[in-house]
Amino acid sequence: MENPIQHFEVHTIIPIHIGGLDLSINNAIVAMWVGLAVVSCMFLLSVKRGLSPVPGKLQSVLEIVVEFVQTLVYEFIGKEEGRKYVPFIGSLFLFILACNLIGLIPGSYTITSQLVVTGVFAIGIFIMTLVIGFSKHGLHFLGILVPPGIPKILIPLMIPIEIISMVARPVSLAVRLFANMTAGHTILYVLFGLAMSASLMVGWLPFGFTIVINGLEIAIAFIQAYIFTILTCVYIGDAIHLH
Amino acid sequence: MELGAAALIGMGLCAVGFGGAAIGIGYIFAQTIETVGRQPNAEAKVAKYCWIGFALVEAIALYGLVVAFIIMGKV
Repeated sequence: MENPIQHFEVHTIIPIHIGGLDLSINNAIVAMWVGLAVVSCMFLLSVKRGLSPVPGKLQSVLEIVVEFVQTLVYEFIGKEEGRKYVPFIGSLFLFILACNLIGLIPGSYTITSQLVVTGVFAIGIFIMTLVIGFSKHGLHFLGILVPPGIPKILIPLMIPIEIISMVARPVSLAVRLFANMTAGHTILYVLFGLAMSASLMVGWLPFGFTIVINGLEIAIAFIQAYIFTILTCVYIGDAIHLH
Repeated sequence: MELGAAALIGMGLCAVGFGGAAIGIGYIFAQTIETVGRQPNAEAKVAKYCWIGFALVEAIALYGLVVAFIIMGKV
């Protein structure tokens, strides 16, 4: 049985080398494009047919999704401020969900199981909250490091702790998504290898377990996309409202 | 002790941390079930926090798994 980490490897399909950079098309890039195409085609198809006041099937589903994202944003960021962020949060949620789910198709690649991909999402969101905070409040944004209602003498002690907890936010965001996806796929690979390498008489038991864990992985894909989006909304809301 | 053996023991010891996360997840769902039992129409509000809490607690278990991957990568 091969190493379970082996199926996270990236295989080049079309090599493209420009300058010193390796820009080749590999199966990770194809998975990203498929995820992007699925999400954008769903919405473009519905808009191209014309949005009707009495919605058809596709439009009803998309309205449920948009209303879900809108409720999420309005709850944490507030109604007037939140209108600007609904498209961004919606595309973030749907893209992460699509990438998580596409990885469950046998033979394809989960891009969110790579720390570089989730790390870029998390660092981008962290920089976005800093930019929002500093542009809205100026240097007063550093007041986010001082929680309200503590005695003045504890402030020099609290500030390093708050800085560490602030820096830990994008790290935990990235590692949570990466580790969930990687662990799920590794479990599936090990169990299925067990089912394949055993004889038929005992091989049905790990195979049944693989089916159950596959269902759990679909649920985890939804939950992890939801958690990433909700924490992004909380961090943006923190930057806007300063607690 | 040679490096490969020590790395494997270290990776196995990382799995001990999962017990705490299992207790945490069990506690969250136990409280959710009790709340729904006491007041069934609070289910919609409580269920949302239940899934958020579950994902955050499970993340801690996966931080332990990441440490195991780091040890495996350094060998």
